[in-house]
Amino acid sequence: MPFQALTGEALADRLAEAVPDSVERADGDCVWVEPSQIAITAQFLRDDPGLDFQFLNAISAVDFIDSFDVVYHLTSFRQQHKGVVKARLHGRESLSLPSVYEVWRGADLQEREVWDLMGIRFEGHPNMKRIMLWEGFDGHPLRKDYL
Amino acid sequence: MTGEQEFRGIESGPLFDRTWHIDRVEGAAVQGLKDTSVEPLSEPLIEVPDDLKGNLVVTSVDALVNWGRKSALWPVTFGLACCAFEMIATAMGRFDIARFGMEAFRASPRQADLMIIAGTVTWKMAPAIQRIHEQMAEPKWVISMGVCATSGGPYFGSYSVVPGVDHIIPVDVYVPGCPPRPDALLFGVMELHEKIKKYHNLRPGSRNVPGGTLAAENP
Amino acid sequence: MPIRTEPMTVNVGPQHPSTHGVFRLRITFDGEEILEVEPVFGYLHRGTEKLAEERNYVQVVTLTDRLDYVSSMINNQAYCLAVEQLLEVEPPDRGKYLRTIAAELQRIAAHLMGIGFFLQDLGTLGTPLMYCFRTREKILDLFEMLCGARITVSYLRPGGVFADAPEDFWPALDRFLTDLPGELSELEQLILENEIVMVRTRGVSTLPLDMAINSSVSGPVLRASGLAWDWRKAEPYDAYDRVEFDVPVAQNGDNYDRFWVRMQELHQSARIVRQCVEQIEPGPVRLDLPLVLRPEPGREAYGRVEASKGELAFYLFSDGGISPYRCKIRSPSLINLTVTEHLLVGWKLADMIVTLGSVDINMGEVDR
Repeated sequence: MPFQALTGEALADRLAEAVPDSVERADGDCVWVEPSQIAITAQFLRDDPGLDFQFLNAISAVDFIDSFDVVYHLTSFRQQHKGVVKARLHGRESLSLPSVYEVWRGADLQEREVWDLMGIRFEGHPNMKRIMLWEGFDGHPLRKDYL
Repeated sequence: MTGEQEFRGIESGPLFDRTWHIDRVEGAAVQGLKDTSVEPLSEPLIEVPDDLKGNLVVTSVDALVNWGRKSALWPVTFGLACCAFEMIATAMGRFDIARFGMEAFRASPRQADLMIIAGTVTWKMAPAIQRIHEQMAEPKWVISMGVCATSGGPYFGSYSVVPGVDHIIPVDVYVPGCPPRPDALLFGVMELHEKIKKYHNLRPGSRNVPGGTLAAENP
Repeated sequence: MPIRTEPMTVNVGPQHPSTHGVFRLRITFDGEEILEVEPVFGYLHRGTEKLAEERNYVQVVTLTDRLDYVSSMINNQAYCLAVEQLLEVEPPDRGKYLRTIAAELQRIAAHLMGIGFFLQDLGTLGTPLMYCFRTREKILDLFEMLCGARITVSYLRPGGVFADAPEDFWPALDRFLTDLPGELSELEQLILENEIVMVRTRGVSTLPLDMAINSSVSGPVLRASGLAWDWRKAEPYDAYDRVEFDVPVAQNGDNYDRFWVRMQELHQSARIVRQCVEQIEPGPVRLDLPLVLRPEPGREAYGRVEASKGELAFYLFSDGGISPYRCKIRSPSLINLTVTEHLLVGWKLADMIVTLGSVDINMGEVDR
């Protein structure tokens, strides 16, 4: 079975029936999820035998000035496929997102990194300390308005 | 708190929650150093006072002491980044730093004479470097290896990188390169040997610090 | 009845000879036993991701060299693959083979470092490390022929490689490949079945497979826990779909297995290089791309390779400008450290050093 990428539509179909109100829209290669639903969605993505995303590759965050995208790259070893889930946060102040720490332990250091460098808090993460910079550092350097 | 934790005498809660105060204190130290270290420190210069020039006895003793010092410069194990691998390669069989009596890389700064700053110095690391430098016994020397340690190099202008280790500790020899080849590091070591040969050790109260401020305070 | 003792919290690092750079741990000990661990990162955080937003696409290659500085070629490869995904181009065949050769030679060098320092941490004081450096120096000489640099190579570029290999590279590579099995077997005889190594590492700090997967662990650490997953097989890039190689797997996930998997991968890498040398044919090595690249706005790419430490990926987002709008680095060294606490708690102080060695982290990549 060759390794393949799941399209956003395929993911959206599965999610829409299992977690109502979670899907915002689907693109060719990713699915956009309502930010407040991300932890429940993650739980389903991991536990559903058809999707079976046991492995969280990466959590990335992108600053688009008026909004922030948080991108989850996922892989299933058994089903031999990968998928991309995105959540869009609007605004710039006191941003937060439910943590997927309980679903994938691999999110631990990555969520801390996103908080440190991008300034997006993860609710439910046990240890929201700065990871790369020191306590007392002013601002979040990867934001576009940090010069 | 579990029974196990209580029996072991561990305070309640995970370790990372109990270390917040340490993080804040350390963070304040880093920020303080970043705010105050804006100008590079001057190189420790060697000035030969007129009254000591041509003093045969002193120069002979100096020559002996300096020869002893330069022939067994023990570096402190201090690898920061990429340059550390070239430093280790210098210590290995092919380039063989043992030819200079330097193969004894000491894990403790108290046993070392030379600090090779091998790699990018970040502000978070700066207080540790300063402390290790202070822990080394006099006389001590510093080689800044690579452009990152010298000026920030490819990371110059980054929010977390010190623009040259000479902002926090005085440097004797700068070795350019990214990273410098082991041959370049050896050349830097030889330059340092040349420098050590010029030291005057019998000057009263000089604490073996050549020229510079300390010697000027003790005429 | 057990005697009640006082626990003690100790700081290890950031300047410590066996934390492999500037890694730092806060550890609570009960005697020699580790009760709690808190890793502290960031002592080599250089802001690579921010700096990448200020450089153009080709210039960023030089920053990737300095991430995991013992496997620069592989870092270049991951970044170049990501840029090529953005541009929707593929390098010419000869370029692909040269990339594969360079990356596999680099993997040998990187694994030798991992093995050498792991054994150093076990207390072998120098000898195996000297053996590892002997072989590594030969690889660095080959790199010097390719690009003029030993460590920060920048040899791979978007669209191919910087330049074709010089004439005298091929006989030198041939000599290296002839000598390599002898040098490796010398190292293996010395250490692989050494009784002290076995006693100190077998069954120590085991990592169960489900935990490894859940914690996003990748690379040799994941394979040592029993999953034969290699991105070179799953998603072949460059010339990996045209060569044969095995993925070494171990079952126990202990320190010995992680070390053993790396030892086996050395042979597989040499095998890949040999096949590439047989298959490579004359031709162009680099696409004729403009010096300043401008991918279409709104495109994104996730360029992924199996690096020496695990899955290394660059997530790039383009806004149509000359530099990446966002360049996120998925660093295997950092994410493999998610399991630090599990690996260390309950074991002894002396095992801690060895376990860190067996995970094989590189601080340049952990902190970036």
